[in-house]
Amino acid sequence: MEWLDIGSINDIPRRGARCVNTLQGRIGVFRTYDDRILAIEDHCPHKGGPLSQGIVHGAAVTCPLHNWTISLETGEALGADEGSVETVRVRVENGRIALALSGSLRAAE
Amino acid sequence: MKEKLVVIGAGMASGRMLEHLFEAGDDRFDVTLYGAEPRGNYNRIMLSPVLAGEKSYSQIVTHDADWYAAHEVACRLGETVTKIDRKARRVHSAGGETPYDRLVIATGSAPFIIPVTGRDLPGVTAFRDLDDVERMIVAAGRKNAAAVVIGGGLLGLEAAAALRLRGMEVVVLHLMDHLMERQLDPAAGYLLQKELEGRGIRIHCKAQTKAILGDSRAEAVLLDDGTVYPADIVVMAVGIRPEVRIATDAGLYIQRGITVDDGMVTSDPAILAIGECAEHNNTCYGLVAPLYDMARVAAKTLVGEVAVFRPVETATQLKVTGVSLYSAGDFADAPDREEIILRDAGAGIYKRLVLKENRILGAVLYGETSDGAWFFEMLKTGADISTMRDTLIFGQALQGAASSDPLAAVAALADDAEICGCNGVCKGRIVAAIAEKGLASLDDVRAHTKASASCGSCTGLVEKLLRLSLGDSYNPTAMQPICACTDLGHDEVRRLIRAKGLKTIPAVMQELEWKTSCGCAKCRPALNYYLVCDWPGEYVDDYQSRFVNERVHANIQKDGTYSVVPRMWGGVTSASELRAIADVVDKFAIPTVKVTGGQRIDMLGVKKEDLPAVWADLGKAGFVSGHAYAKGLRTVKTCVGSDWCRFGTQDSTGFGIRIEKFMWGSWTPAKVKMAVSGCPRNCAEATCKDVGVICVESGYEIHFAGAAGLDIKGTEVLGQAKTEDEALEIIAALVQMYREQARYLERIYKWAKRIGIDEIKRQITDDAKRRSYFDRFVFSQKFAQFDPWSERVSGKDKHEFRPIAVAEFTAAAE
Repeated sequence: MEWLDIGSINDIPRRGARCVNTLQGRIGVFRTYDDRILAIEDHCPHKGGPLSQGIVHGAAVTCPLHNWTISLETGEALGADEGSVETVRVRVENGRIALALSGSLRAAE
Repeated sequence: MKEKLVVIGAGMASGRMLEHLFEAGDDRFDVTLYGAEPRGNYNRIMLSPVLAGEKSYSQIVTHDADWYAAHEVACRLGETVTKIDRKARRVHSAGGETPYDRLVIATGSAPFIIPVTGRDLPGVTAFRDLDDVERMIVAAGRKNAAAVVIGGGLLGLEAAAALRLRGMEVVVLHLMDHLMERQLDPAAGYLLQKELEGRGIRIHCKAQTKAILGDSRAEAVLLDDGTVYPADIVVMAVGIRPEVRIATDAGLYIQRGITVDDGMVTSDPAILAIGECAEHNNTCYGLVAPLYDMARVAAKTLVGEVAVFRPVETATQLKVTGVSLYSAGDFADAPDREEIILRDAGAGIYKRLVLKENRILGAVLYGETSDGAWFFEMLKTGADISTMRDTLIFGQALQGAASSDPLAAVAALADDAEICGCNGVCKGRIVAAIAEKGLASLDDVRAHTKASASCGSCTGLVEKLLRLSLGDSYNPTAMQPICACTDLGHDEVRRLIRAKGLKTIPAVMQELEWKTSCGCAKCRPALNYYLVCDWPGEYVDDYQSRFVNERVHANIQKDGTYSVVPRMWGGVTSASELRAIADVVDKFAIPTVKVTGGQRIDMLGVKKEDLPAVWADLGKAGFVSGHAYAKGLRTVKTCVGSDWCRFGTQDSTGFGIRIEKFMWGSWTPAKVKMAVSGCPRNCAEATCKDVGVICVESGYEIHFAGAAGLDIKGTEVLGQAKTEDEALEIIAALVQMYREQARYLERIYKWAKRIGIDEIKRQITDDAKRRSYFDRFVFSQKFAQFDPWSERVSGKDKHEFRPIAVAEFTAAAE
């Protein structure tokens, strides 16, 4: 595992997200209303929608394709839907964001 | 012989340190004190009350000349130390050299002055010491004096409130989205802004200062967006930096501040540093509690005792009379957090606790802060709150209070708040009618007051008023809330946004007592639309509350790529437009090109990163966004009309283009598709559109409320017009009525079914009503007709279109 510096907290709009392309697939990096940074696989467990393009509310994101809502903290689908995505560890120091990259993410198709 | 102690800086930290030293009864030191200000030591925290005229200088002095004399401190006030000679252990100043055995640096901090032109003009001041305060008091004495405060943090707001109390016109410029963003979340920031605006202070957030204007002195402040605020005085309160110049020159180890160990000793064992100039464990401190703690530790270190500086959590309170605001702890950067929120719109109260594993991590209290200390105590001690979790937010005294009340927001409305917009009926009249006439049902209220008797969108509110007046004996019909974040339905929220003049999403959520801190994917896009529609030119669109298609101005596809549809006015195109599209398709290897049902061309499978470049090329050919992604005007489909067709009665193509050019860019509750057919043969299929026009010999027949999607429905006839102008006025008025009344995502045919075709006809055929709908539509278009594609091509929101980072290589997958 290694830490990858991806940018500053100010690069992500509040209640918004950016994505990071890695060899293991795309990661969505989210900034919540209260400035927490959370990262998950950018791949909805339902039909693979890009979660980083969804609307961020509380500590969750709603997928733009079919409105599944995924917890940014656990990666689990919320509500009646079932499924989950990998979460990615995040470190924020002095406003810089780093992701813990391991090999476990699903490969990008 | 006594040891020689020299202290540089006569501020709060050094004063407190000397107190500790003398209190211990230790008289081993001869003390010499240098201070840059020509006066004794005063409580800097109380500068705001002095500026406000609530306290005088003499009331905030902590150590005067007599105190120093009594403790035999040689004071060199007003004398600046120019050099520290560490080898010879001497400090140099204008008055000569002073030897030391131990030296304490307590030079504090310097205000940060933003590097814009005009920053050196007279009239530009910081807010750090009494000289600054005096400058501001003098400026406030002028007639009709105006002040601009740059910085909406603690210090800036205290200065602004104080200057306002002195009668100045005050504007606060703040770079960030909301005030005090380091201590407050957006909801509390909203309440604070509202309170300060109520006092006549103007607040301008997201304000980027470009220059301070003036010849011989500051006269005005210019922002990047071109706004100019006149200013007799400009107060810079954007932040501080540790004052370390003298220590840097002396070769001490410096990071942001002067690096000290747990005992406040610098890299030179003979020298200590305390206060805002010191840096301990990579942290510089600016609040008084840790600085006092540094003073205590330094006093012990000087007399050879072991003491250790351990910073504790500190809470923040704004010192503006009449504003209750408390924030403590941490809101950032940790997973697995939960929050508890309490909002009381009537009393202007907002409380938010951030929890992790049943412990309080942070607290923001606004309006009612008496439990601040209690929460803070639990925060510091890490108390387990699981046993009182359900009632924690109600505070220490109120364990076990009631849960949220769905009627509270309506109860909190003022008597003159308008409930029924159609008939202009306010709350007071309805409540009075219920009481005086003994009304017991919705129909009674409609009959006596006309409230809810027209479009019916205020029905939910009227029912809540009945319930408030009559208690449990009144059973309102079930109403569907927008989502789980609120007890209110769409219609009620729309009415209340207008009645209460709510102009931001945090304002709506606070005043209408939202149950979550920032809503959800259902309510936020709806609120954003309602605010865009109701406050044209005032509301700033919240892109994070828009669905991705409206954020990136293209339609997301199942594989995450996008489709791009340029506008083809009235479905008419040309060789050069088609050539430009062909070139774009080749250049970006766009896999599919398709003719749409709305008479234009769709390019599918465009990568998100390519969107701005695709738009740039299309823009060069004269194309603008087709808004195929928008809850807004999509297409106006036409037939060739009297120009070519042997049956055509009017110029349907020309009129379609005119409608599209007039109405493009407008946001609507759901998509709006139109068509204009040149004769009743109806080749443009106008009779299944949201709005359709059938041209006839005598003029134009206007249709609406058709559908050809999930439901199939022919249109209703709204009316006839003799000229294009008349027809356009009717169409725009209809769309404006729909914009103002429909629920988010409700198509015209569903809205019309809900409130009645006849009611719509009645309003649109009423000359005065039609004209006022039309005028409001025209006004709102002034702020809507901007081509989002060319805005993005010129760089707006470029973060939307590319990854924040690309990991070139990472740990291998195996």
